[in-house]
Amino acid sequence: MTTTNQVVRDVAKQEYKYGFVTDVEQESAPPGLNEDTIRFISAKKNEPEWMLEWRMKAYHHFLSLLDGERLPGWANIHHPPVNFQDIIYYSAPKAKKELASLDEVDPEILSTYEKLGIPLQEQKRLAGVAVDAVFDSVSIATTFKEELAKHGIIFCSMSEAVQEHPDLVRKYIGSVVPHTDNFYAALNAAVFSDGSFCYIPKGVRCPMELTTYFRINSEGSGQFERTLIIADEGSYVSYLEGCSAPMRDENQLHAAVVELITLDNAEIKYSTIQNWYPGDDEGKGGIYNFVTKRGICQGRNSKISWTQVETGSAITWKYPSVILRGDDSIGEFYSVALTKAYQQADTGTKMIHLGKNTRSTIIAKGISAGHAQNTYRGLVRVMPRATNAWNFTQCDSLLLGDQCGAHTTPYVEVRNNSAHLEHEAFTSKVSEDQLFYCNQRGISIEDAHSLIINGFCKEVFKQLPLEFAVEATRLLEMNLEGTVG
Amino acid sequence: MTQRTATQEEAYLAASESFESNGASHDPAWARELRKDALDRFRELGFPTARRGNEEWKYTDVMPIARVPVRLGAADAAATVDAESVAQASLGAAQWPQLVFVNGRYSEALSSVDALPEGVTTVSLAEAMRSTPDLVQPHLARFAGYADNAFTALNTAFLHDGAFVHVARGLRVDDPIRLLFLSTGDGEETVAQPRVLIVAGEESSASVLEAYAGLSEGDHLTNAVTEIVVGAAARLDYYKVQRQPEQAYHVTNTHVAVERDSRFSSVNIDMGGRLTRNNLNLVTLDQDCSCYLTGFYMVTGRQHVDNQVIIDHAKPYTTSRELYKGILDGRSRSVFHGSIIVREGAVKVNANQVDKNLLLSDQAEADTKPAFWIYCDDVKCGHGAACGHMDPTALFYLRSRGLDERTARGLLTRAFLSEVIEGIANETLRGQIDGLVADTLREWLGDVG
Repeated sequence: MTTTNQVVRDVAKQEYKYGFVTDVEQESAPPGLNEDTIRFISAKKNEPEWMLEWRMKAYHHFLSLLDGERLPGWANIHHPPVNFQDIIYYSAPKAKKELASLDEVDPEILSTYEKLGIPLQEQKRLAGVAVDAVFDSVSIATTFKEELAKHGIIFCSMSEAVQEHPDLVRKYIGSVVPHTDNFYAALNAAVFSDGSFCYIPKGVRCPMELTTYFRINSEGSGQFERTLIIADEGSYVSYLEGCSAPMRDENQLHAAVVELITLDNAEIKYSTIQNWYPGDDEGKGGIYNFVTKRGICQGRNSKISWTQVETGSAITWKYPSVILRGDDSIGEFYSVALTKAYQQADTGTKMIHLGKNTRSTIIAKGISAGHAQNTYRGLVRVMPRATNAWNFTQCDSLLLGDQCGAHTTPYVEVRNNSAHLEHEAFTSKVSEDQLFYCNQRGISIEDAHSLIINGFCKEVFKQLPLEFAVEATRLLEMNLEGTVG
Repeated sequence: MTQRTATQEEAYLAASESFESNGASHDPAWARELRKDALDRFRELGFPTARRGNEEWKYTDVMPIARVPVRLGAADAAATVDAESVAQASLGAAQWPQLVFVNGRYSEALSSVDALPEGVTTVSLAEAMRSTPDLVQPHLARFAGYADNAFTALNTAFLHDGAFVHVARGLRVDDPIRLLFLSTGDGEETVAQPRVLIVAGEESSASVLEAYAGLSEGDHLTNAVTEIVVGAAARLDYYKVQRQPEQAYHVTNTHVAVERDSRFSSVNIDMGGRLTRNNLNLVTLDQDCSCYLTGFYMVTGRQHVDNQVIIDHAKPYTTSRELYKGILDGRSRSVFHGSIIVREGAVKVNANQVDKNLLLSDQAEADTKPAFWIYCDDVKCGHGAACGHMDPTALFYLRSRGLDERTARGLLTRAFLSEVIEGIANETLRGQIDGLVADTLREWLGDVG
C-alpha cells in the first residue's frame, strides 16, 4: 500500500520537457486590445477590407460581452480574471525577407521543432506527414505543399488562404463557430493571427496525414489561431494537431477556434494531442486553454470524428462538438483527459442531432491525480426532426490520489421519441483486485498502474493514427511516471 | 384567465403581515424570529425567474409559478370538504392514521389519529411548536436551508401549519402514517405552504405517506417543505404521491438527513400537476447508512415534471441507489437532474444512479442530467440514463401471441414501471399504486385489460 501511495504521489511530479524558450528576434504588437491592435494585425497580414470588417464586428461583440460581464462562468474551473489588456495579441519571428523555401526559416526555430520531434526538414520525406507549424502567432512553414497540390488539396496557413483563396475562406469562416457563439470565440474572431486552412476537393482521399504544430514562445503573448477544414463531397482527410509552450510563471492565454465542414459522403478525422505547459507542481503558471472546436456534418452520410488526448494546460475548457445536420451522418468523440498537480480540465462534447438516422458515439476517459479537478461536461440533443437518432455515451473517471476530484455532468435532451440513447458512467480508483492480480504475477506496482491505465484509455488510443497513438501512450506514461510506478 | 405579467414577491410580503397578525401570532418567539429571517431572505432572493445562467432551473421556467396570485388558504376551507371526498383522495387502508390538510391548513375534524401506538406523535406542526418545542426546535429548518433557495425561504416565512411526526426510540410502527394535503377553492387559485417535519428516533422503524390531491380545478400552488431526520440504526420508508389537478403548480423541497447505520427509502410518484418540481436532498451525517431513492412520473398533455435529486455522501462507508423512471405522452416534458457528491475522505462510498424515460408520443421531451461531483478516490460510483420509445420487437412478440396493440402497449408500459413499483415495501400501497398506473394507462390508451 505504501508503494501505491508513493506511486500516486509521484504522478504529479513528472516534469514538463518542452518548457524551453527559443531565442529568436520577435516582432510584436504592443500589449493591449483596442481597434488599433486589430488594424495592426490585419495590416500585418495584408488582409482585404472584408476581413478587417469581420474582425471589427467580432471585436465590438466581444466588448459588449466584456462590458456586460457576460464571461462564461458555468464551467467547473477557477482562475483569477484574465486581463485582456495585458496580452500581446500579435507576436511573430521577425521576417528578414519573404521566405522562398523552408531552408530560409530561422534555424533557431527549426531546431525548436526538432527538439519537439516535429520532422520539418529532412525527416519529412521519411515521415510522410505534411506539417504546418505555427510559431506564436504566425505559420512558419508548411511542408509537402506541392505533393498535396497534385491532388488539388489546399493546405496552407490561414493568412495565406485569405490571400490566395478568399472565396473559400469568406464562404466558410465563422459558419460553424460564429463570432457570437461565445466569449472566447468572439475574442478569437477579432484577433486571430494565423492557423491552418485545409480544403479537400470532391472525391479526393488525402494521401497523407496533415499536421499542424502550435508553439507559444514569447512571453506575455496569447495565441489565437483559427483552423478551418473543408471536406468536399466524397473526400477524406485525417488531421493531427499538437502543441507546446515554454515554462513560465505567468498564465498565458490560448483561445483557438477550429471549424470543420463535411459535405455529402465526406469524412474528417481530427486528432489532437494537447500538451501545453501545465504550470508547476504548485499550480503556478501554465496555459489557459479556452478553445472552441466544432464540426458540422453538412452533407448526407458524412462523418466527423474528434479524438483528443489532453495532458497539458493549467486549465482546459474545450468541447469539440458535432452538428449532425445531414441525414445518416455520424459524429464521434474520443477523449482522454489527464490532469495532475493543480491542473483543471472541464472538457467534453456536444452532439446535436438534426438530421434523420444520425448517430453519435462519445467515449470520454478522465484521469485525475495530485490536486487536479477533472470534469466531463457533455450534451446530447435530439431535435424533433431527427428521427431514429442514436447515441451511446460512456464517460469514465479514474482517480489517483485522495486530493483530486472527478466530476461528470452530462446533459441529455430528447425531443423525438424514436431516438435511442444510452448513457453510462463509472468512477473509481485503480482496482485493488487488479493491482493484486498483477503483483502476484510478478508485475511491479508501477508497471501494473501503467498497464491498467493504458487499458483504461485503450478505446480512445486505438482511434489515433499510429504515430500519434505511440506518442500518446508515451506521453501518458511520462506524465504518470513517478505517480504510478 | 387574465394575462398575468407581474411576479408576486410584493404580494407575498404583504400577505406575510396579515399572516403574522392572524392566528400565527400565538406561535413561540423563536418561530416568529425564524419566519422573519426567512422573509428577509425571500425579499432579497425573489423568485429564480432568470432564464440565462440559471442552472438550477435550466429546463423549467419559474415564471408561471411566480405569477400565481397570492391567496393563502383560509382556515374555514375545511368546512367545505366532506369525509367522503377525503376517503376518495386517500391512499392506503382506512384504519391507518391520517392527518388531513385543506389548502395547507390542518383540519382536526377530517383527521383520524386514534390508531396510533404510544410513542408516536403525529400532530399539526403549529400544535407541536407550542406543546413540544424541545422535540421540534432542534430539527426545524436545520437541514432545509433557505439561504439560497427562494421557495424554501418563502415556505419558512409562512411556517405555521403542517405536520410533525415523531417516532420514539426503538419503536416499530407497522402501518404507514398518512399525511394528506388537499387543495380546493371553487375554481380560484390558492397558495398552500405546508411544512412537514419527520423525526425517526434511534432504532425505530416506521413509514410515512405524504399525498397531495386536489378536490377542485383551479391554479393551486403548493410550495411544500419536508424535513426528515432518520436517527441512528433507524429505518424509515417515505412515500410521496402527487395527484393534483392538471392546472396545479407543485413545488416541494425535501431534505433528508440520515444518521449512522440507518436505512432510508423514498418513493416519489408524480401523476398530476401542470408544473411540478421536486427537490430531494439527502445528506449522510455518519457512516454505514444506506439510501434507496426511487420514483416514477407519468405525464401527458402539457404537463411538466422536474425532479432534482442531490445525494451528498459526506461520510464514508455509505451506499445509495437511485432509480427514476418516466412515461411521457402528449406534449409533456420531464426533467431529471441527479447529483451525487462524494466529499473528501468519504471512502468506500458506493453510489448508483439511473434515470430512464419511455416516450410514448413524438411530441414529448425528456431532459436528463445525471451528474457526479467526486472528491475522493476510493469510491465506486456509476450512473446510467436512457431514453427511447417502445421496443418494436417486444411489441411484435406480444402481437404475435395474439395480444391486441393496446393491451401489448399497456403491458409493456406497466412492465417498464414495475421495477419501481415492486420496490414499494408496503403491500397495500403497492397494489394501489399499480392500480393507479393501470387506470391512467387505460385512460391514455383505451382499455388495456
